[in-house]
Amino acid sequence: MNIQSCVEVRNEWDIVKARQSGRNIAKELGFGTVDQARITTAISELARNIYLYAGNGEVAIERVENGGKLGLKIEASDSGPGIKDIRKVMEDGFTTSGGLGAGLPGVKRLMDEFTIDSKENEGTIITSIKWLR
Amino acid sequence: MDDRDLQYQKYKSILENYLQEQSEQTLYKGQQFSRKMIEQKISPEEAVSLHVSVLEELFPDIPQPLKNSYDFLLEMMIGYGFAYREHQSLRSRQQQLESEIEIAANMQQTLLAGDKPDVNGLDIGAISKPAQKMSGDYYHFVQDENNCMSVAIADVIGKGIPAALCMSMIKYTMDSAPEQRMQPGAVLENLNRVVEQNVDPNMFITMFYGLYDPRVHSFYYAGAGHEPGFFYDAEKDEFEELFTKGLVLGVSKKTSYQEYQRVLHGNDMVIMLSDGVTECRSSDGFIERDEIVAMIRKYIHLSAQEIVDEVYRELERLQEFELRDDFTLVILRREV
Repeated sequence: MNIQSCVEVRNEWDIVKARQSGRNIAKELGFGTVDQARITTAISELARNIYLYAGNGEVAIERVENGGKLGLKIEASDSGPGIKDIRKVMEDGFTTSGGLGAGLPGVKRLMDEFTIDSKENEGTIITSIKWLR
Repeated sequence: MDDRDLQYQKYKSILENYLQEQSEQTLYKGQQFSRKMIEQKISPEEAVSLHVSVLEELFPDIPQPLKNSYDFLLEMMIGYGFAYREHQSLRSRQQQLESEIEIAANMQQTLLAGDKPDVNGLDIGAISKPAQKMSGDYYHFVQDENNCMSVAIADVIGKGIPAALCMSMIKYTMDSAPEQRMQPGAVLENLNRVVEQNVDPNMFITMFYGLYDPRVHSFYYAGAGHEPGFFYDAEKDEFEELFTKGLVLGVSKKTSYQEYQRVLHGNDMVIMLSDGVTECRSSDGFIERDEIVAMIRKYIHLSAQEIVDEVYRELERLQEFELRDDFTLVILRREV
């Protein structure tokens, strides 16, 4: 079984597309409704960040396996302006959009694993995994 | 049975109870249960999910639209869960910050705590209370081998941590130039240079510096824009202002500070204070300097320490126990 999908993010409709494919895969892997909603929200936030700050990029979602554990991996990447101060965006209470965006620390808490890699003027890659319990 | 099952069973039994009979008692149980859930860090979306799964067991034939609506509610609650977790994380960070400030405040206390010296023929009273955890007020006594005692009282314009950091600098500067101690004007000139070079231009420090020489019963002093103190002439039974001319520290590179001198006769007093004393606000507006004088007069029969303690207590009461600015009051009295 090799489940995966990749959605290009250029506009708000693409955010919905990414959510949809994430939800489908989460369902297929057997995640419960609460975790489905969490995974979808995480995808939504990451895709939205791409749309708002990088203009375009992509969200890839795939099934991962590690030592018998099954999980869902999100990889959000863009070649936008990058994040200058990663520590700062990983701080609670810091949202550049000023809106109620949950921000990256929120995404991190929704998922089980979270890594971020960013270079100024080169782009950002965020990888996050939720394991099936 | 794990925690999750236990929780499920408990919630199910409370909800079943309530569905049978809508009693206040069951609602109260529900409230207690929710408290327990919060303690166990159950997020809002998990609470909704718990409710929905219990409902589905109790009513296997829930109409599909209703089921769908629960999925919708769950999605909505994720956002609240987000906010809830952020709140928890911010709260623990705040606790951490507070304990750090607590440590810094204790450190400041040890740094600034100048014991009142024992000077022959001089009765000394001093009190200093911060408005917040860290104080921007400062007082310090130093006694030299000739039994001369210097006293400094300073106020950083501003409160809290920045003011406290600035205060530490003042203390080190004073400690590092002991040879000047005998010349109040020179002390202030040196400090002015340090402050001007090292402190942000919108931070000011006012200071009153004095030196008491018990051999000639004289008090030499100078001031840098500091709240004027008082001199009590026991023979005339009169209070007068201890006027000093001099710019606030840190404003201008080259400033000189005039030095003054007073001879203390028996029972004469020198009273030094910070503007936290005169800027006390009661419900009827600012407390006038006259009122401070009247309070000191009221307790004049007591020892210097008792006077400052009583004045503080009275002002604290007048302000309904809410200090708005750091408060420092020092009294020197020549014993008869």
